Amino acid sequence: MSWFSQTLTSSIGKKLLMALTGLFLISFLVIHATINAMIFYNDGGETFSHWGHFMGTNPIIRTLEIGLVAGFIIHIADGLILWKNNREARPVKYAVNNASANSTWYSRSMGLLGTLLLIFLVIHTSHFWIPNRSNQFATGEELNLYQMMLDIFQNPVVVLIYVLGCVSLFWHLLHGFKSAFQSLGLNHVKYNGVISFIGTAFSIIVPILFALMPISIYLGWVK
Amino acid sequence: MRLSLKVWRQSNKEAAGGFEDYKLDNVSPDMSFLEMFDVLNEQLIEEGKEPVAFDHDCREGICGMCSMYINGRPHGPLRGVTTCQLHMRSFKDGDTIVVEPWRAQAFPVIKDLVVDRDAFDRVISAGGFISVNTGNAQDANSLPVPKEAADDAFAAAACIGCGACVAACKNASAMLFVSAKISQLALLPQGQAERSIRAEKMVAQMDAEGFGACTNTGACSAECPKEISLENIARMNREYIGAKFSSSAV
Ligand code: HEM
Ligand code: SF4
Ligand code: FES
Repeated sequence: MSWFSQTLTSSIGKKLLMALTGLFLISFLVIHATINAMIFYNDGGETFSHWGHFMGTNPIIRTLEIGLVAGFIIHIADGLILWKNNREARPVKYAVNNASANSTWYSRSMGLLGTLLLIFLVIHTSHFWIPNRSNQFATGEELNLYQMMLDIFQNPVVVLIYVLGCVSLFWHLLHGFKSAFQSLGLNHVKYNGVISFIGTAFSIIVPILFALMPISIYLGWVK
Repeated sequence: MRLSLKVWRQSNKEAAGGFEDYKLDNVSPDMSFLEMFDVLNEQLIEEGKEPVAFDHDCREGICGMCSMYINGRPHGPLRGVTTCQLHMRSFKDGDTIVVEPWRAQAFPVIKDLVVDRDAFDRVISAGGFISVNTGNAQDANSLPVPKEAADDAFAAAACIGCGACVAACKNASAMLFVSAKISQLALLPQGQAERSIRAEKMVAQMDAEGFGACTNTGACSAECPKEISLENIARMNREYIGAKFSSSAV
């Protein structure tokens, strides 16, 4: 094996990939949340559609989108491989295990939270991203995403699924944000406080912002 | 004190083990946990039964032998304490105490509560040392070491290789142990010559032994009797990634 693949398949290398792709996905969330928050202008989707159009057609963004898909695939595949390796490292479980005495449940449940996110991701992309891109591919025209949102979020079950997706995201990020820095070796007395503060704030603000979108549409605050 | 014990019994590596229940009537709160086991074993010998095999040596918290998973936690309920330094006053009269061996692919059970921790020794043999030339020792004062580096190296060197970090980790990861050993040498001038190759080889050996990968839950450090810090794992990640991308070993 070359030194490069040796590095990336080692335990620390897999964590490195996890952290890099995780932080990349976090940077995507910033953009995604910001643009979607344009619906709160409540201007019939004008601002939102303006930016949606830019994101859907700008060649640089479309190229970056390939990176985003790759980032998701690497993060998910690597996460599942790590989850499997880590299970195999303890073939016989403890009869009595008081894990809550030494760690938080969500830090121990990243695989589960990630899988919930994956299920949400499949539902979410089949609502918007997949239909829109296939239509663009077939006809060259974008769909009216704003109108689609207004329609889809009339269904309370869909709204509930989105809110639960945001809850999973909250817990996944609450551990994942800080964890990524530790995996990259970025643990330093001068910066740990800031990383922890930003991580917690990000994990709270972004999921709430996302959850407010289907809720506001369902309740008719945004029309 | 009167106690009920549920202890893992397993006659050898291959045998299927199981829990046995024992009752002890006259336990002093001032006994250490291992002394309580001595009393149990005397009782078993008198009854003509096989005593419980458990590891121990110094009984003063420095050798790292006394591996017991007590009521779901390595080394029992206290922080920063080995099983041999745990006393029965930390339990209540009438308690039921469940005692299991460390559970990890890389630490197979040899007998009862004794596990094979040779995997740690093989990780150390892979690079956890410095090579020293023979001849006169250099004057110690000619090697300046910053105070902070000396303190951090000393804190890392406090690791006694007990394996509680592996036992506590949901992934049976050895990263706290390995990072303590890598850090201790990486921080000092004597460790510089082999610094890169050490990180590469020790991590490779750690992976080959079948330990899991860290997910930063922090359980290891919380249960470590020497309270080894998670900063060491971050340092190991830097050392390893830095070595892999910059060393001349291909
Ligand atoms: C979609 C399915 C997803 C799966 C299956 C998944 C799975 C995982 C797993 C198994 C871990 C490693 C556990 C750990 O380090 O404790 C992890 C870590 C992480 N995930 Fe995800 N995840 C998913 C989505 C996401 C998303 C959408 C984001 C963020 C936008 C994200 C951000 C992170 C971060 C920052 C880490 C920490 C990396 C580290 O500890 O080094 N994940 N994920
Ligand atoms: S790091 Fe702590 S728990 Fe792990 S082997 Fe060393 S002393 Fe034991
Ligand atoms: S017997 Fe030596 S540390 Fe417990």
